[in-house]
Amino acid sequence: MRTNKILILFAHPLYEKSHAHKALIKHMPKTENIKFHDLYELYPEFNINIKYEQELLQEYDIIIWQHPMYWYSCPPILKQWIDMVLEYNWAYGSKGDALRNKLIFQVITTGGKKENYNATGTDRYTIQDLLQPFNQTAQVCKMIYLPPYVVHGTHLMQEKDYQTSGKDYGIFLSELLNMEVPINQILKYDYLNDWCQNELKTYGN
Amino acid sequence: METNFLFESILYLGAAVLFVPIAKKVGLSSILGYLFAGIMIGPSVLGLIGQDGEDIMHFAEFGVVMMLFLIGLELDPYKFWKMRKFIAGMGSLQVIGTTILLFFGLQLFLGWNWQVALIIAMALALSSTAIVLQTLKEKGQSNSALGRSSFAVLLFQDIAVIPILAVIPLLVSEVSGGGDLELNGSLISELSGWLQTLVVVVVITSIYFSGRYVLVPLLRIVAKTRLQELFTASALLVVVGVSYLMQLVGLSPALGAFMAGVVLANSEFRHELESDIAPFKGLLLGLFFIGVGASINFNLIIENPLFILLFVLALTVLKFLVLFAVGLIYKKKVDQNLQFSIGLSQAGEFGFVILSFSMGLQIVPNDLANQVLAVVALSMLITPFLTLINEKYILPNVGVKEKAEDSADEIHEQNEVIIAGFGHFGSTIGRLLRANKIDVTVLDHDADRVELLRKMGFKVYYGDATRVELLKSAGAEEAKLFIAAIDNPAVNLKLIEVIRKNFPNVKILARARNRIDAYELIDHGVENFYRETLYTAIHMGVDALVQLGFRKYTATRQGQQFIRYDEETTKRLAKKRHDKMAYMVTVQEEVELQEELLKQDLHLQLGGNDHSWDSEYLKKDVNNRNFK
Repeated sequence: MRTNKILILFAHPLYEKSHAHKALIKHMPKTENIKFHDLYELYPEFNINIKYEQELLQEYDIIIWQHPMYWYSCPPILKQWIDMVLEYNWAYGSKGDALRNKLIFQVITTGGKKENYNATGTDRYTIQDLLQPFNQTAQVCKMIYLPPYVVHGTHLMQEKDYQTSGKDYGIFLSELLNMEVPINQILKYDYLNDWCQNELKTYGN
Repeated sequence: METNFLFESILYLGAAVLFVPIAKKVGLSSILGYLFAGIMIGPSVLGLIGQDGEDIMHFAEFGVVMMLFLIGLELDPYKFWKMRKFIAGMGSLQVIGTTILLFFGLQLFLGWNWQVALIIAMALALSSTAIVLQTLKEKGQSNSALGRSSFAVLLFQDIAVIPILAVIPLLVSEVSGGGDLELNGSLISELSGWLQTLVVVVVITSIYFSGRYVLVPLLRIVAKTRLQELFTASALLVVVGVSYLMQLVGLSPALGAFMAGVVLANSEFRHELESDIAPFKGLLLGLFFIGVGASINFNLIIENPLFILLFVLALTVLKFLVLFAVGLIYKKKVDQNLQFSIGLSQAGEFGFVILSFSMGLQIVPNDLANQVLAVVALSMLITPFLTLINEKYILPNVGVKEKAEDSADEIHEQNEVIIAGFGHFGSTIGRLLRANKIDVTVLDHDADRVELLRKMGFKVYYGDATRVELLKSAGAEEAKLFIAAIDNPAVNLKLIEVIRKNFPNVKILARARNRIDAYELIDHGVENFYRETLYTAIHMGVDALVQLGFRKYTATRQGQQFIRYDEETTKRLAKKRHDKMAYMVTVQEEVELQEELLKQDLHLQLGGNDHSWDSEYLKKDVNNRNFK
């Protein structure tokens, strides 16, 4: 069985007050094959160490951008990270092959409900529409962009709901560690969670 | 005279240095070591010191005075008030109960006249503050429930000495019809009773007010001179002065010192005073115990061994029983009560005082008084043994021994962060922390600043932060973070050494003036150091770049990069520095370092391989390809 190495790039400017992300992080499997990389904690002055970040990326097979959804996008440090780390002729460009064929996806929390994210809902666009810039960035960097893992409706959750979603996330990650990722199968889904629900036996119980 | 003094010092110090470690080695308390040292050099064994043993003791009794001063310092008026029930209740029960029983016992069995019996009963009812507190301290039980009740009783006894000494002359007038006695040089003995009382009240009040409004400001002035020895001198002056004053009006110097201590307990100098007086107290107490040992008149004991030994035994048992009963009334657990009652079962140094006082008044015949003195000394000698027996053989059989409990009812007032040095640097840190609702403990040696900070509600300790005792009382053992922000780099470094050695668990954040300081800190294994010349200088450099036309964000990024680079080189060069010849003079060293740095900088291209947001770079590359 192969083992994947997973790098979680986490961006939350006020993590100490987050319930959803605390629960998600709490249930991450503790293994050396998952690296939790807390960007706001590492670079409070947005002075990202490009070289270090690039070396790190090369060590891992699966990259996760984990963050809350703010104004239909990511918190600013993640954009800073993208701007600085994904350099021309390293991540993209004629000589930029460093990230080729790595898997990348987002783990996102939104305060609003899932129903709001469609053409007739208050948010007017689907999550996938809104994430197009990230999708395209990954594309340019020759990475494989998978559908997002989304926790909706965090404003309406109680503590036990946070814990449930955290537990599910933990199961998903531990499955992901030890599998040949069925990329084509996953790409048929809107959300990674839906794939988990349908394809992972242990998930969602 | 000179040589004589030196020779005597050698005798006392030598005996102490020889016997105390032996006592400790075989697991006895240091008190026994001192007592044996005294017996050995005293007239009964080696005879190296003659009758002057008693003179020494009079001098060394001052150790007891200092001890009470220190106790007073530990007890601010609030805590003192909280203990009042125990002091009045347990203390009076013990003193009155023991005195009455002894009084009747002595009259009944020995047939002494009632005056003599009363005086000796009162003298023997008091326990030895010196032995008990020293023992408690050595066992770390000063703050336990046991320590507090012992202390309450002792304190009541110390207070009781005053009326006892006042009553004794009255007994004389009953015996010899008054006459020509002198109340130990007391100035007020000529006055009538109510006037004496008035004077006493006035003196006590004046100690309180002069402590608050004269002593503290005076200490502040002394503190400003920054002369450690001058402060020590003032501390001694306070104790000696108060004692003298008390003696003048015929009160116990120990009590006066205790009151002075209580008054000063709330001042910012409390810990400084404590650590200044403590060594003197220790030394004098040691001397005192040696004196006790030396004054045991073995000839008297040999002449009438049965009488003396039985007397000691009866006295100890009686005191023990009374104390045990008091303990029962106050619902102490058996194991605690045993420790309490055995601990206080001896006669004490106040017994010496009362007896010699009454000898002076010729109420108690000299022979008898000497015998009783021997009894007192012997009973002090056996307490440490009784305590030992109790701990080894009795306590294990009566239940769980009280662990040096950190009594729960005492509020833990230690903060997690200690800042040493509250000048411009440290105070900025302190303000930032406070603005985030983090309480800090501050150590500083600027008396003005300390006072101001106290008014602002900071917890401030005045004194030299490199002293282990001060650090300990500031809570360095429990603190999480220690911020060393003292102005003087040498002092700061010394402080860090002291902390790393004595409190290895606290994390240190250290201020460094410059690169050289930083190297020293790295050598000492400090990981978190902050150069005051780095960050501000970079800030200014960034602004210089901006003035020259750089965009602010670009200049800021250059500054950030430079800091990171400089921190790395500092760590690298700190190691390299040691490869160089050790005798290099500092100035030369600095020049070489600068040179090394500048050389390193030549290879530095900040952002040289960083093209974030740089479309020029992109364009160039794209065009190149297009031309191909």
